[in-house]
Amino acid sequence: MKFVGDRHLRKEDPRLLTGRGRYVADLALPGMLHAVLLRSPHAHARILRVDAARARAHPGVVDVVSFADLGAAARPLAIVPPHPELRGRNFSLLAGGRARFVGEAVAAVVADSRYAAEDARELIDVEYEPLASAQTLAPGAPPVHDDVPDNLAGRVSLTRADVDAALRASPRVAEVRLRIGRGGGQPMETRGLVADWNAAWGQLTVWASSQVPHQIRQFIGDLLDLPPHQVRVIAPDVGGGFGAKLIVYPEDVLIPFLARRLARPVRWLEDRLEHMQAATQEREQEHEVTVGFDDTGRLLALRDRFVHDTGAYTPRGLVVPLLTASMLTGPYRIPAVESSFESRYTHRVPVTPYRGAGQPQAVFVIERVLDLVARETGRDPAAVRLANLVRPEDMPWDVGLTNYRASGNVVLDSGDLPSVLRRALESAGYAALRARAAASRAEGRLVGVGLACYVELTGVGPFEGARVRVDAAGRIAAFTGVTSQGQGLETTLAQVAADELGVTPEDVSVIAGDTGGIEQGIGSFASRAAVVGGTAVALAARDVRAKALALAARALGVAPADLQQAGPAFAERGRPERRVTFAELARLAAGATAALGVEPGLESTRFFQPADMTYSSGAHVALVEVDPLSALVRILGYWVSHDCGRVINPMIVDGQIQGGVALGIGSALLEEIVYDDAGQPLAGSYMDYLLPTATDVPAMAIDHLETLSPLNPLGVKGVGESGALPVPAVLASAIEDALGPRGGRVTRMPLGPARLHALLPPPG
Amino acid sequence: MRPAPFEYFAPRAVEEALDLLARHGTEAKPLAGGQSLVPMMNMRLARPGVVVDLNRVAALAAVRVEAGSLRLGALVRQRALERDGRVGAAAPLLAEAAPLIGHLQTRARGTVGGSLVHADPAAELPACMLALDAVFRLRSAREARTCRAADFFRGLLATALRPDELLVEIEVPAPTTARVGHGFAEVARRHGDFALVGACAVLGLDAAGICRHARLVLFGAGDVPHLARAAAALVGERPVPARLTEAGRAAAAEIDPRADLHATADYRRHVAAGLGAQALSRAAVRAEAAR
Amino acid sequence: MTAHAIRLTVNGTERGARVMPRLLLADLLREEFGLTGTHLGCEHGACGACTVIVDGEPVRSCLLFAVQADGCRVETVEGLAGPGPDAGLHPLQECFRARHALQCGFCTPGMLMTLAAYLREHPSPTEADVREALSGNLCRCTGYQNIVVAALDAAAALRAAGVAR
Repeated sequence: MKFVGDRHLRKEDPRLLTGRGRYVADLALPGMLHAVLLRSPHAHARILRVDAARARAHPGVVDVVSFADLGAAARPLAIVPPHPELRGRNFSLLAGGRARFVGEAVAAVVADSRYAAEDARELIDVEYEPLASAQTLAPGAPPVHDDVPDNLAGRVSLTRADVDAALRASPRVAEVRLRIGRGGGQPMETRGLVADWNAAWGQLTVWASSQVPHQIRQFIGDLLDLPPHQVRVIAPDVGGGFGAKLIVYPEDVLIPFLARRLARPVRWLEDRLEHMQAATQEREQEHEVTVGFDDTGRLLALRDRFVHDTGAYTPRGLVVPLLTASMLTGPYRIPAVESSFESRYTHRVPVTPYRGAGQPQAVFVIERVLDLVARETGRDPAAVRLANLVRPEDMPWDVGLTNYRASGNVVLDSGDLPSVLRRALESAGYAALRARAAASRAEGRLVGVGLACYVELTGVGPFEGARVRVDAAGRIAAFTGVTSQGQGLETTLAQVAADELGVTPEDVSVIAGDTGGIEQGIGSFASRAAVVGGTAVALAARDVRAKALALAARALGVAPADLQQAGPAFAERGRPERRVTFAELARLAAGATAALGVEPGLESTRFFQPADMTYSSGAHVALVEVDPLSALVRILGYWVSHDCGRVINPMIVDGQIQGGVALGIGSALLEEIVYDDAGQPLAGSYMDYLLPTATDVPAMAIDHLETLSPLNPLGVKGVGESGALPVPAVLASAIEDALGPRGGRVTRMPLGPARLHALLPPPG
Repeated sequence: MRPAPFEYFAPRAVEEALDLLARHGTEAKPLAGGQSLVPMMNMRLARPGVVVDLNRVAALAAVRVEAGSLRLGALVRQRALERDGRVGAAAPLLAEAAPLIGHLQTRARGTVGGSLVHADPAAELPACMLALDAVFRLRSAREARTCRAADFFRGLLATALRPDELLVEIEVPAPTTARVGHGFAEVARRHGDFALVGACAVLGLDAAGICRHARLVLFGAGDVPHLARAAAALVGERPVPARLTEAGRAAAAEIDPRADLHATADYRRHVAAGLGAQALSRAAVRAEAAR
Repeated sequence: MTAHAIRLTVNGTERGARVMPRLLLADLLREEFGLTGTHLGCEHGACGACTVIVDGEPVRSCLLFAVQADGCRVETVEGLAGPGPDAGLHPLQECFRARHALQCGFCTPGMLMTLAAYLREHPSPTEADVREALSGNLCRCTGYQNIVVAALDAAAALRAAGVAR
C-alpha cells in the first residue's frame, strides 16, 4: 500500500479554488428555459382549480403545468425500501387534488428567464379549500391520507429477551421522557436540475445536484416510460448533500418531464426559501424510556417507546425510525431490550434521512440513560459506560434487534469500544478536566464535562460497482455509482485504485455519479461511499492489473513471475529495456483475438455486495460553560476519538469529523424547524434557522484508532456521519454537569438559551 | 428569489433625491446599504415600483465633528464607525457597538441612516442613538425638520419619517459632563445576529463622582428601543453596584418584551435586567476613569 | 422598464453591459459574464457564498443590483490569483488546499474573497479575529477549523512576501 493512508492533497481542489467548479447552476445550454415552482401556502388544502391563463400570457412564458397536464406521469413516486408494516404514501410530480404540506409543489412555470418565471408565478390563480391539518403526534389528528385515518405510517417493535420480566427483576428502575426537534441537512448549494431532451435521438440527459443519479434514472424510466439507454443522469459538482439530496424528489422527474414536453432544455434551481419548505427534514421524535439497572450501574433492561414524525409522505418508508429503534443500544451490552415506535403522518414536509439518519436520536436516548444511571448510582459517568460497553472479546456482538434492512440482526462486527473511550478520556485529560470543572463550579461558574459513546452503521448495500479502464493512450478512468458532495471521492478512490494498479492517484481519473459511466449504481448516503464504492474500485482495479500482467507476460514472452512493474509499465526482471506500457497493453486488448485468451479491453467492472453493515465507533468528550445570565453555551474544549477502520486519507477523515461535529453543534444548540398550529414553518429562512458559524464551532482534537473491518477487503468503515452522531448527547451531558445537582435535566434538543434558561439552578 | 420589476434612479444630489420621492410618492423607496431592503425585495416582501439609490449622493456620506458633537451623514457606512477615529473619540458607544452589527460584508454596505430608518427593534444603532440623545435631521422637498431619537422610533419597524422624507444627518451631541462613560452589553445567539436583548448606557459624573446624567436603553425586548425611566433614579447618587443592579432590574420591569422563535418574554425580561446593570456598570467604570 | 448601460472593471478587465435595474450583481457576473465562481446559497444575504470585492470592500453580491456597480472595480474568485492564465494560485488558495479547507467547494469562493479583503486591511489577525471575520460566511462541510488555520497560514505567507494581494 503506498497511497492509502496518505494525507494526499485533493485532486478536486484546483478547480474548486479558482471558481471553475461545475455545479448545476453553472450549466447553461443553448435555448435553455428556466422553471420555477408554485408551492402550496397551506399545510392541508383541497386544490379545487389551477388557472394559469394570466401566467401563460405573461411575456417570456413558454408553459405552465399542473397535475392535469402530467398524463401518464401522474402517479406517486415509488417508496424505497418497502416494509411489511409500512402503510406508505408518496408524493407525485405535482400535487393533484390535495396539498399536504406547506411547500408541496402545485404548478411549474417555464419561461425564458428566471425573473420572468417568478413574475408569471404570481399570476397563477389557485383556488384552495384550506382544511384542518395534523400538527401533533398525538392520536386524533386530522388524517393526512384519507385511507390512513389514524395517521399511522407504521408500527414496529424490536425485542431482545423479555424486557418486562427483566424490569421486574431489576433492583432499580428509572424513567425519562426525551424529545428531539426537527432539522434539515441544509447544504450550502440547494437542489437543482438541468434536463435536456434531444428529440431527434430520443436522448434525455439530466444533470442533477443529487446523491443518487442512478435512482433518478430508474424513477424517470418508470414515470416517463423511457428505457435506461435513453436516459443519462449525471451528478456534477454537488455543493453538499447531508441527506437533503438523498431521495428522488418529484422535481427530479418533473424537470425532465418539462424538458421532453417542451423539447427544450430546462433548468430549475431551488432557492433557499423553497429548500427550507420542500427539502426533506428529520429528527423529530418523542421517547418514553424505562431502564432497569443495578447498584453498580450495570444496565439490565431497557424499554423505549417512541413516536416518530414522518411528515406528509414516506419516500423512504420506515428507514429513519427503524434505524433509531435498532441502534438504540449503541455500543452497550443490554440483555433485555424493547425498542418500539409508531411513525405518524403529519401535514409537514416529509422526513427522510439527514446526516446520522435516526442514529443521533438513538445516541441521545441511550447516553441520557447512562448519565441518569450514573447519577442514580453515584458512579462516574465514564466508569458506568466502561462497565457496560461491548468488549473486544464479545465481537462480533449480536445486539439482538433486527437491523433496519431486516436482513438479520444488528451485529457489531469489529471494534475496540473500551479503547476508543479510554483514548478519548486520555486525550481530554478527563480526571483533570472533571477537577477543573468542579473547581469552577465552586467559584460559581457553570462549567461541566460531558461524554458520549456511539457506534455508527456504515457501508450499507445492496451493492456498488466500479468500472476501471485503461484506454489506448494509457489514461486510466474509474467509473462508479457513488457520488461526491464534498467528501473527496475523486481523491480517495484514486488512492485506492492507484495502490491496486501500481500507479499514482494523479494517473487515475475518478468519474463518480454518472449513469453513462457504469450501468448499475446506488449512490452516496449512510456512510457507504468509501466502504462499498471503495471496495468495488479496489476489486476492479485489481482485476485490471491482473489482466495487464497476464497480457504483458504474453506480449514479452515471459512468465508473469519474471515481470516487474514500474508505474504504468511492466518490464522483464533484469532486462528493463524489454518493457511494455499500460497504453500498449490496452491497444493489444482492444484487438483481442481468441488466441490472446482474454476478453477485449483492458478494463473490468466489479460489484461489491457487502454481506452486512460494518460499524464504526467513537467517543466524544466536551467541556462547556453556561453563562448564568444568558444561558448561552460556550464549548471550551472538544475531544474526539474514533475508529473507522482503515483510513484511506486521514486529512479527509478528519475533515468529515470536524464537519459532522459542527453540524451536531447546530442541531444541539441552534437549529430547529418549528411549525405553528396551522402547519406553517416558522423558521423559514436563515434569519431564523441558525446554522453554526466560525465563532460557534471550537477547534477539536481528533484521535484515530483503526480496527479493520472484516467485512470488506480494504478493512474500511464509513465516517461521513460519525461526527454528527453523539454531539447532542455529549453537549447535553456536559450542560447537565455544568448546571449541577440543583439545575434541571436536559431532556430535549435543541437547547437554545431560552429553553436552557429554564433549567438553570436558582441563584445562591 | 428575484425581485419584482422596478424603475431605478441614482441621483447625485440630495435635492434630486427628494424631488424623486416627492414625485413618486409611496411607490418610491430609497436604497441605502440594501442589507435590509434588498433581502425583502428578493423575497418580494417589498415591491417598490421606484428605487431611489442614494449611494451616489456624496453629500450624505460625510463625517464631521463640530464643537464636540459628531455629525454623521445618513449614508455613512457602518464600517466607518469602527474605522474612523473621530467616531471613536466623539461617540465611543457607536464604535463599540459597530463590530456587533451583522458581519463584515453587512457593514461594508450597510449605513447608519439605513439602520435607523429600518428600525429593527433588535438592532444596535437605534438603541445607541437613543442612549446618546441623538438628533436626526429630516428633509423632504418641502421642508427640513429635526426629530430627537426619543421621538423617532414609533413602533415595530415604524418611525416618524414621512414617505417623502429622507433622514439626511444624525447629530450626536457633545457630552454635557466632563466625566462621561458608555457601556454596551448584548446577548445574541450567534456573533453578528440581531440581539435577543441588549442594553446601552451613558453615564456622566461630576468632579465628586456623583452622577449627573444617566441614560439607559434596553433593546430587542419590545417593538422599539426603550429609554428606561429607572435611570433617572441614578442622578444625584453615586453609581455603586447595588444601585446599578437595582436600576437594571427596575428598567426591565418597565418593558413588555415580546416572545418569538428564539426567546420567551420572561427570558428577555430577566436578561434585560442583567444586561442593563452590566451596561451601567461599564459606563460607570469608564466615567470614573475619565478625568 | 428601462435598461441601464453600465461599465465596470471585473478582475482588471473593463466590461460593459445593458442591464435591467433588478438584475442582481451576482447574476450579472454569473449569467452575463460567465464568471460562475461566485455562488448563490441563500439569496437573502445570510450565507456569504456570493461575496465579491467591490471597490476594495467585501460585499454580498446577492444584495447589490448590477446597475449599482456602474463605475466600480469588482474582484471575483476567478481573478484572485491575478490576471492571465499563468497566474498560479493566490496564497489563500494554496493554503486552503494544503489545509483541506474546502470540501464541496460551494462556500469557498465567498470565503476566499472575504479573507482576501480582510487580510489586506488586517495582515496580522489572531485566530479569534479570523473567526469573527468569517462569521458572515456559512460552511456546512468543514466545521471551519481548517479554514481558520489556512487563513492564518496565508496571512503569514502574505506578510513574508511583503505584498498586499
